[in-house]
Amino acid sequence: MDYILKVKLFAYLRDGRGKEVEVTFKEGMTILDLINELNIPENRARLLIVNGHHKQFDYIIKHDDEISIFPPVGGG
Amino acid sequence: MTYNNKVLRVNLSTKQISTEELNQKYVQDYIGGRGLGTRMLLDEIDPKINPLSEENKLLFVTGPATGVKISTGTRYMVITKSPLNNFVTSSNSGGIWGSMLKYAGYDIAIVEGKSETPVYIEITETEVKLHDATNLWGKVSTEVEELLKEKHENASVLNIGPGGENLSNMAAIMNDGDRAAGRSGVGAVMGSKNLKAIVCSTTQKTMAVKDEKFKEYAIETAKKIKANPISGEGLPTYGTAVLVNILNSIAGLPTKNWNLSEFDRAEDISGEELAEKHLKKRSFCHNCTIGCGRVVEVDGKIVGGPEYETIWGFGASSDVSNLEFINKANYLCNEMGLDTISTSSTIAAAMELYDKGIITDEMCNGTPLKFGNNEAITQWVENIGRGNCELAKILAKGSYEACEHFGVPEYSMTAKKLEMPAYDARAIQGIGLNYATSNRGGCHVRGYTIASEVLAPPEAIVDRTTVEGKAELVKVYQDLTAAIDSLGMCLFTSFALGADDYAGILSFLFERNVTAEEVLTIGERIYSLERYFNQLTGMEENGDTLPKRVLTEKITHKASEGMVSRLPEMLPEYYEVRGWEKGFPTKETLTRLGII
Repeated sequence: MDYILKVKLFAYLRDGRGKEVEVTFKEGMTILDLINELNIPENRARLLIVNGHHKQFDYIIKHDDEISIFPPVGGG
Repeated sequence: MTYNNKVLRVNLSTKQISTEELNQKYVQDYIGGRGLGTRMLLDEIDPKINPLSEENKLLFVTGPATGVKISTGTRYMVITKSPLNNFVTSSNSGGIWGSMLKYAGYDIAIVEGKSETPVYIEITETEVKLHDATNLWGKVSTEVEELLKEKHENASVLNIGPGGENLSNMAAIMNDGDRAAGRSGVGAVMGSKNLKAIVCSTTQKTMAVKDEKFKEYAIETAKKIKANPISGEGLPTYGTAVLVNILNSIAGLPTKNWNLSEFDRAEDISGEELAEKHLKKRSFCHNCTIGCGRVVEVDGKIVGGPEYETIWGFGASSDVSNLEFINKANYLCNEMGLDTISTSSTIAAAMELYDKGIITDEMCNGTPLKFGNNEAITQWVENIGRGNCELAKILAKGSYEACEHFGVPEYSMTAKKLEMPAYDARAIQGIGLNYATSNRGGCHVRGYTIASEVLAPPEAIVDRTTVEGKAELVKVYQDLTAAIDSLGMCLFTSFALGADDYAGILSFLFERNVTAEEVLTIGERIYSLERYFNQLTGMEENGDTLPKRVLTEKITHKASEGMVSRLPEMLPEYYEVRGWEKGFPTKETLTRLGII
C-alpha cells in the first residue's frame, strides 16, 4: 500500500509550492531525500520538525509522521 | 571614546538642571546602557524606596554604540525601580531618541524628584528647559509627539500615554511613534513624576570613532548581519511574527492564558498571514540594517504593526484569530502607552476569570471579557489605559495584582509579577529557567535560549525537552544579552554576531583591546549586580519560581505531551554556575566580579 506524506511548509518555502505538499512515502527515505524531492536547497531547510520534535537531515521518515519544514527565520 | 562624557541631571522638584562627568571606572566595568545605569542607580537611590515616590529616579542611559555608524547603534535603556515588583528594572528601546540624546551632547539623562504640575523637558545642544505640559496631559502618545514636533524643530520625542499618567504597572515609555521601552512599568514612574515627555531637538550627526579602520569594520559587520539567513532575510521579510507557526508546531504556543499549548487557528494570526494580507511596508530604527519593524493599516491610518509576542498575547492567549483586531489592539497599546505583552496577558487572565465566573458581566462595562471576543481586546486596552471603570483600574495593575485582588493569583501567568511571553516554559525547558531567574521577571529577551532550543539549524539544535546543560546555556545567554543591552545595539544582531564580534566593536569604541571573555565577564557582572540590587530591595530568598500551572499542569498536545517545567531540577545547578546561594550572589561572587 502506498502512503502519502503531507508535508507542511512555511514562510518563503511556500513560494511556488503552497502551504502543504503531498509526497509519496518510500521505505527508508530521509528528510534530505524529501527536501531534494521538493527542490528545497539544504541551506533553506533549517527547522525539520517531525511530530513536534526537531530532527536531523538523516532522520528516516515513518509513513505516519507529521512533517513541518521551516526556512531560517527567527524573532524575539 | 564614543561618549560625550556628560551626564544631564534634571530635578523636577527644585527645577534645578545640572551636568556632571561620566564615571569612567563604571564605564569600563559596565560598558553603558543597562549595566552602567543599574550601577549608577544603586548609588542614586535607597533600594528600599517606594518606586512611585519622589525618591525614585529615572535614568535614560545610552551605550557606547548609540549614535555610532554601526548597524542598530541607536538603543537606549531606561533604568529605574519597578512599581510592578519593587525590583530594579531596565527597559530598552530603539528609534532615534537615544542617538538624539547623544547628538545633543549627553550620554545619560537622570530625572529625579517630582513636578507639582505636568511638565516636559526640552534638550538641545545649547540648553535644557522645562516646559508646562498641562495641555498635553491626557493625550495619547502620537498626538503628543505631533504637537511637540510642531513646536520644536528636528525633534525626537519620548513620552508617556494615559497608561503612564494613570500609574499602570504595565505602562511603557514610547518614543518615535511606535518604539517602546515597554516592560515592567517604567512609564508609571515617569507619570508619578508628572513628566509627560522629553524632547531631544538637535541635528542628526554621528558619534565619531577615532580609529579610521572602524568604518570598514562596521561595513563588514553589516555584511555579516545581512549574510545571516535570520537577520538578513527572515526578520526583514516576516518580522518576528513568523514564530507563531514554529512555536505552534512544537506545542509551545501558550493558548487561552496557558491552559493549552497549541492554537487551532494559529495560521490565521501567523507571520505569513500578516505579510501576505496586512503588511504595508517594513520599518527601520536609526542606523539599523535589519528592518524587522512592521507597518500596517488600522482604521485608515498607517501605523506600527505587531510583534510576535503581541500577536500571541492578543491572539492565541486571548483565543482571538482576527489579525485586524490584533493590529488595532497593538496600535491602541502604543497610543495608551501600555506594554503589549503585559496588557494582552492581563486581558487573557481576565478572560479566564470571566470564564470561571469570577469576573461578571456587571463588571465588564458593556464589553464581556470572554475568550475569543474580538471587541474585548481593543476595548479593554482603552479601558485599562484610561482607567475608565473599576475593573479597568484593577487590571491596570497587571495580571498578578488583578488575580490576587480576586483571590486567585495562580491564574496570573507571571514570574516576579511580570507576564511571561509567548514561549511555553513547559515545552521548552531552558526558557522556563530563564523566565524564573530573570532579574526583572518573566521576560524572553533576558536570555533568549529559543535561539538554541527552537531556531537553531539541525547541527546545532539543543534538545528543548531536556534539562541537562540548561543552567550553563541560560547563563551564557543572560550574560551576553546583558553586555549587548549595555552596548547600545539591538539584540537581534546576536543572530549573526557572537561575543568575539561585540568585543571587536567595543575595542574600537573603547580604544583598547577588549576580548570576548571580558564581554562575557562584564555581562556576568551586570547580571549578578542586578540580583544584588534586588536583594537590597528586600527580595525574599529562593524567589525564582514559575506559576503553579507551568510546574504542575501537563501539556496535553502530542508534540509536548506530558511536559511540565522541571525548574526545581535546573535551579540548583544554575545557582552553582552563577556562584549564588538561595537566589543571591555569595560574597565571594560579588568580590570576584568587583561588585563590592
